[in-house]
Amino acid sequence: MLERFLPAAASYAGDVDQLVWLVTILVGFWFIAAEAMFFWLIFKFRAKEGVKAQYITGKEKHLKQWINIPHGLVLLFDVFIIIAAIRVWVHIKQTLPPPDRTIQVTAQQWAWTFTDPGADDSLGTADDVHTTDQLHVEVDKTYHFKLESKDVLHSFFIPAFRMKQDAVPGRIYTGWFKPTQTGDYDILCAEICGIGHGVMGAKLVVETAEERAAWLQAHAPVVEEVASTEDVATDGASTDSTSAAAGQQ
Amino acid sequence: MSNQHDAHDHHAGAHAHHDEGWFKKYFWSTDHKIIGFQYMFTGMLLALVGAFMAYVFRMQLAFPGQAVPGWGLVSPGQYNMLITNHGSIMIFWVAMPVLIAGFGNYIIPLMIGADDMVFPRLNRLSYQLFFISVLLLIASLLVQNGGFGGAWTAYPPLSANKDFNLTPLGSTLWLLAVAVEFVAFLLGGINFIVTAMNARAPGMKAFDVPIVVWTIVIASILFMASVGPLVAGAVMLLFDQTLGTSFFNPNKGGDPILWQHLFWFFGHPEVYVVLLPAMGIVAEVMTVFARKKLFAYKTVIYTIIATGVLSFFVWAHHQFVAGIDPRMANVFTVTTVLISIPIAEMCFVYIATLYGGSIRLTTPMLWALAFMAEFMLGGVTGIYLGSSGADIFFHDTYFVVAHFHYTFFPIAIIAVMSGVTYWFPKMFGRHLNEFWGKVHFWGTIIPFNGIFIPLFILGAAGEHRRIFDYHSFPHLATPELQAMRVFATVSLVVMLAFQPVFIVNYLVSMFRGKKADKNPWKANTLEWTADSPPPHGNWPELPNCYRGPYEYSVEGRELDYWPQNEKA
Repeated sequence: MLERFLPAAASYAGDVDQLVWLVTILVGFWFIAAEAMFFWLIFKFRAKEGVKAQYITGKEKHLKQWINIPHGLVLLFDVFIIIAAIRVWVHIKQTLPPPDRTIQVTAQQWAWTFTDPGADDSLGTADDVHTTDQLHVEVDKTYHFKLESKDVLHSFFIPAFRMKQDAVPGRIYTGWFKPTQTGDYDILCAEICGIGHGVMGAKLVVETAEERAAWLQAHAPVVEEVASTEDVATDGASTDSTSAAAGQQ
Repeated sequence: MSNQHDAHDHHAGAHAHHDEGWFKKYFWSTDHKIIGFQYMFTGMLLALVGAFMAYVFRMQLAFPGQAVPGWGLVSPGQYNMLITNHGSIMIFWVAMPVLIAGFGNYIIPLMIGADDMVFPRLNRLSYQLFFISVLLLIASLLVQNGGFGGAWTAYPPLSANKDFNLTPLGSTLWLLAVAVEFVAFLLGGINFIVTAMNARAPGMKAFDVPIVVWTIVIASILFMASVGPLVAGAVMLLFDQTLGTSFFNPNKGGDPILWQHLFWFFGHPEVYVVLLPAMGIVAEVMTVFARKKLFAYKTVIYTIIATGVLSFFVWAHHQFVAGIDPRMANVFTVTTVLISIPIAEMCFVYIATLYGGSIRLTTPMLWALAFMAEFMLGGVTGIYLGSSGADIFFHDTYFVVAHFHYTFFPIAIIAVMSGVTYWFPKMFGRHLNEFWGKVHFWGTIIPFNGIFIPLFILGAAGEHRRIFDYHSFPHLATPELQAMRVFATVSLVVMLAFQPVFIVNYLVSMFRGKKADKNPWKANTLEWTADSPPPHGNWPELPNCYRGPYEYSVEGRELDYWPQNEKA
């Protein structure tokens, strides 16, 4: 279903899509069965000249089965759905596979700021690359992201990854993803965050190791400058000014 | 549950003679029917305001950046204000007053055979507070810097801090309006519960009470039990806004997620607070027009109670990805998916009620059947959102919007229309025009699906909520998705174009419609034994009750109905 509209570009995107299919089949069955029965009864028992309605209390055994058996089946289907939903949830939200790289994602009214660990793969060092409104990640690598917000609630939403997480001021949330398909995707803010909510987006670029290396090269900060600046996240906005301007239009 | 006789003797005398002025009769009345009308008409007028807001922001979505006829250009701030107040108005100032307060006031005393509510003056106070809340709400839209635009859920820090939301006065007045309104409904709800428990007609046992009365009483209990935390939260948020406290301010030790728990601890039971009365109205209409006893009356009552109890244990499914402990999601997935058990049972029972019936497709019956047909889609799509793994994707997308409109529209519009057309002859002593009633029905139902089916698809494509213009998001700005937005908007305009049919039909029929006798639908419940319309005090002599409300087509009887007050 979802894959009709969206590429499945992360390792767990397929799990979510499968779950959506499972739910669709199980509840779709009940929906169609109930609606079909409903309209058939309306047609079958429409008022006819000289035909009186029957007196049925609902205590008749042979009629009660029509409620009780479907009811038991609904319960059974519910159990399937719950197990499948929890399995996907635990995989995406409750497990943290060991990371190949850790990035930092900061939300604020109304922009996304990303910190890439740079060539040394560790955050907080001088070669960190700060970008606004553009995130570059390498395909087939497991990423951890440290998500935080500077002001109000935001929500880090990458539809192509089937991933969403609210950013809460005062907390740092650690999540993960593993991109599996190169290309450009949307990053959205899914939580209303003020008048700029409608323009708060960013571009996600999933690229090969070589492309990322080239990108890092081009964006590597001049070490002396960054080392003297405390609040790099804000100043980092200027390091990728072209994309920032594009995102705001 | 006892002493019904005493209460009746006392009231019957007190209300016998009344000849007051126009103002006292319609604006200062303690008559439950007039108070019901006050709630109902206020709610319906506000529904027009909410509908106009929907028109403006849907036009903006379909034709972004173009002036909307009747409004002009829509700024991002205005857009947020419109969606916020559309949601708040439709839930708090339309669904609640019309369904619970409106119908509850009008039909509970009539259906249980009482001459009025047990606390008539408390009832009047309830409406007066509600009216003040309406004034506060309207004021919040008109003050400097505009109305509140932080979504009807009002999550802090956005809602708490004027530097973030830019609407200092608008957000405070909005919050005050919500708080005052809840006090009003609390007073009304207490009245419903006490009245239904103590003022029933002699002989009317608990299981002789019509389903709609049960549903309104249980909804009132749910409301009473859930609203406390929200009012407390609202006061805390008011203090955060105006006094600089920091209950929800993380920079000073507060916690923004606390508000979400308080809000949804109320907010989810609230869904059932409005759903249950809607299901009740549908039960009355379906039994009358299928000439059938409700299939398994007691089962329905047990499912109502089970739904009510379970609804207190599902709130955090609104917060799966909000930053709560992820392990909590597992518990709430189980409870949320399990709520499908009583709801599915209720739907099965309603469907089974049609079996063996003699179904007349009158206007009220069409609305009631449409409620079932549409609500089932709203019900099953909720399973996607309750399944935590899938909700990671669906949360805050248009899939959610489509899902809850498939529940709330059937509740607040379809079931209300069913009730309004069903009790119209009782309320005004005249019939609505059936032909124009059916024109209005089809002109509403077909476009309704045209609005919200595309939104399911847009949600599946990842379209996120509360965005005034999708141009900033390349994957959502494609011509195909834009075409769906236009389709939804055109459907909305068509639906709104059919609403004057109802308004004119309603007003004309009120004065010129065909005269209705006491019991035009040949129904069993006690309200149909009073005059149409019933006078102040309802009956010259209060009725007794001898049997349950759904004894239709009983074998061996010549008539296919058997009023509750008929001795044999």
